Amino acid sequence: MSEQTASKRRVLFRIWRGDTNRGALEDYATDITPGMVVLDAVHRIQAEHATDLAARWNCKAGKCGSCSAEINGSPRLMCMTRLNTLPLDQPITVEPMKTFPRIKDLVTDVSWNYRVKQRIKEFKPRKPDEKDGTWRMAQEDVDRVQEFRKCIECFLCQDVCHVLRDHHMHEEFIGPRFFVYVAGLQLHPLDSEDRIDELKEANGIGYCNITKCCTKVCPEEITITDNAIIPLKERVVDRHFDPLKKLFRIFQK
Amino acid sequence: MAEYQTFEHDVLIIGAGGAGLRAAIEASAAGVKVAVVSKSLLGKAHTVMAEGGIAAAMGNVDDRDNWRVHFADTMRGGQYVNNSRMAQLHAQEAPARVRELEAWGALFDRTRDGRILQRNFGGHRYPRLAHVGDRTGLEMIRTLQDHGIHRGIDFQMECTVLRLLKHGNRVVGAFGYDRERGRFRLWRAKAIVLATGGIGRAYKITSNSWEYTGDGHSLAYHAGATLTEMEYVQFHPTGMIWPPSVAGILVTEGVRGEGGVLRNSQGKRFMFDDIPPNYRAQTADNEEEGWRYTQGDRNARRPPELLTRDHVARCIVREVKEGRGSPHGGVYLDISWIKERLPNAAEHIKKKLPSMYHQFKQLADIDITKEPMEVGPTTHYMMGGVKVDAESQMSIIPGLFAAGECGAGLHGANRLGGNSLSDLLVFGKRAGEFAAKHAKNNSAGSINQDEVDAVAHWALEPFERYAAGDGEGPYQIQQDLQTMMQDLVGIVRREDEMLKALDEIALLRKRAAKVAVPGNREYNSGWHTALDLHNLLTVSELITRAALSRKESRGGHFRDDYPNKDDVNGLTGIIVSKGKDGQPQVVTEPIPEMPAELKQIIAEMK
Repeated sequence: MSEQTASKRRVLFRIWRGDTNRGALEDYATDITPGMVVLDAVHRIQAEHATDLAARWNCKAGKCGSCSAEINGSPRLMCMTRLNTLPLDQPITVEPMKTFPRIKDLVTDVSWNYRVKQRIKEFKPRKPDEKDGTWRMAQEDVDRVQEFRKCIECFLCQDVCHVLRDHHMHEEFIGPRFFVYVAGLQLHPLDSEDRIDELKEANGIGYCNITKCCTKVCPEEITITDNAIIPLKERVVDRHFDPLKKLFRIFQK
Repeated sequence: MAEYQTFEHDVLIIGAGGAGLRAAIEASAAGVKVAVVSKSLLGKAHTVMAEGGIAAAMGNVDDRDNWRVHFADTMRGGQYVNNSRMAQLHAQEAPARVRELEAWGALFDRTRDGRILQRNFGGHRYPRLAHVGDRTGLEMIRTLQDHGIHRGIDFQMECTVLRLLKHGNRVVGAFGYDRERGRFRLWRAKAIVLATGGIGRAYKITSNSWEYTGDGHSLAYHAGATLTEMEYVQFHPTGMIWPPSVAGILVTEGVRGEGGVLRNSQGKRFMFDDIPPNYRAQTADNEEEGWRYTQGDRNARRPPELLTRDHVARCIVREVKEGRGSPHGGVYLDISWIKERLPNAAEHIKKKLPSMYHQFKQLADIDITKEPMEVGPTTHYMMGGVKVDAESQMSIIPGLFAAGECGAGLHGANRLGGNSLSDLLVFGKRAGEFAAKHAKNNSAGSINQDEVDAVAHWALEPFERYAAGDGEGPYQIQQDLQTMMQDLVGIVRREDEMLKALDEIALLRKRAAKVAVPGNREYNSGWHTALDLHNLLTVSELITRAALSRKESRGGHFRDDYPNKDDVNGLTGIIVSKGKDGQPQVVTEPIPEMPAELKQIIAEMK
């Protein structure tokens, strides 16, 4: 067994403390033991030094996507960031996600994401294949879409996306999480809804300039840009900018 | 007078896991005004953690399966103290609930002919669990969430309910606060569905997140409802044990379903040594047959690793106690050995158990395709909860419903894996349906302002005490409670230890009454933890009192001083409620006799 034998040591954490209006990094030293993740350290600091330190978490196993934060500047899940992967001779900074309004300490207001999802046309299945109201699907068709359905809604991809983080285009652009969501619906073997027009108009897919930052931070390793966003962009282009198709549509009308 | 915002709905649902969301969808479909309040953000409830699958006798993989077999399996697993009507409804309705999920967009793994694939699981006679790899819970909660947000339901995320409010005998509302700003809210409703999940945080080693502090159990108890089966806590046999920071995190039973085996430090598959008599006929007695079962051989019997969770957990405890444990106090769970049987075993494991592979790789530096995992029991599930009517899920309090883990009856003394997700769907739907019906037939009741003021005052006291330089912080009290429950009311119980636990609870209650927190009301984790202590202490006491009353061993409840099952006196239900003196009252009730039709099914499936 690859057991770690490193003993207890004291490490400095630099955690952003504050509210909607103001805040600053504050230092907390705590002992760490083998196997600990950043979230463990945050809990230890809560218990030892900062009873009212605000942080979201739930499953502690990378499955619920609650404990997103920026650790030493990179967007990560606190529960899946092992301390032994970080340089422990320097302070470890833990900050809230920057794309969303701050509430308190490490907790941000992510409600925008929930509003965005509600705007996207919901799943609409084709008519059942069988008389008993069920459908038949091939495993390979199901496999193709599972990548997108793995998303745990941690919103780290939204956090790191320039269009949202730097340009604050929250009204015009739904962000990588929801392109993955739309891709999941579009590729769903049973779905019969059309979301291509809303992708171009309301969802602003054109603003994405495929820098792949979202793909790099995804804890579920979803290939967001290549597998979700680019194919969706192609669908939009095919419909709206292909001259032959455009002509065809004019005649159809 | 307390300041608060008032909301009015027909049906209020507390909890946004599988049961709460399913109830909300059903209630809103009935045309009533529905609100869901949840302690976490939408989609983060514990349902998301479920790995194995949803048990439903669809018979897609083995056409010998049907609701009767599922019913008999559930009763056998629950040691025949289940509410048989609930077990019947559950087995009959689960297939339709799974197909409904598919119609709402859930994508399950498929059989070769394109139907929903079903997998083997402990205690289920045939492959029965609809699943998506090992992330079925995520698929289920996301499907319900994405469907639910388009149904006109008022979702109020990150809110805690502190008290249920009554008018006369019936429930008329709830009082609590939003965690973000710490402002009080009053929800008026004609019917309330509790869907708050479990009690895992009463124990030190648990697979449950911070949310599972027995809120629904405690709210119902203090409102005057009866609770039952509180002595039955499920310790899942396979939790991670190393490194310490991950102790308790679940290792899915699916590992064993895919051929994973349990070994002690001598390399022995110790589960073959102890197969209970009532499972002997359907359990393999050699390794070869067990392996064939996991590979889909319909004529093979299941390996003993897939016996019920209570039994496997106790066998692990025994191995450790007798000195045959692994270095960190567990046993070995090995899936890597299947490379002796399968070409491309590593790829196969990664495909079948992707999240387990990542979980061990990232959190424990273990490659499960190459080496065994170290595992041990973890507090996982509460069989006990609010006693409800089987059809409607209503408690003895008019208008108060409970579904999912915080309700009781379906699982008896031990829950089978996969029966939880199906429980959420079947009884979540029923609770939503009957709560909507109740709301339509009743008017809104009036709120007792004094009661509201008293709760608000109580909730703010921790700040006052801190300002006065009084009291202690909440985290140490919580930890001491968890350690105490783990040590004294855990997997193996004894009267003297449980009596000691009651004394400890009384002391902890005194400490909790003086809990103090600094800071303000905005997203104050310390304050939230302080307020949760009340519920944790309530459920800890109820578990202990029920466990003291059951003087036998059955399912999740094992007594060192009464190690045998007592089918003469044990086939009873232990009911706890709040007495007139404010103290828990424990009574024993005979279990209602099963209808002849169900008795016959059980006899046939023996």
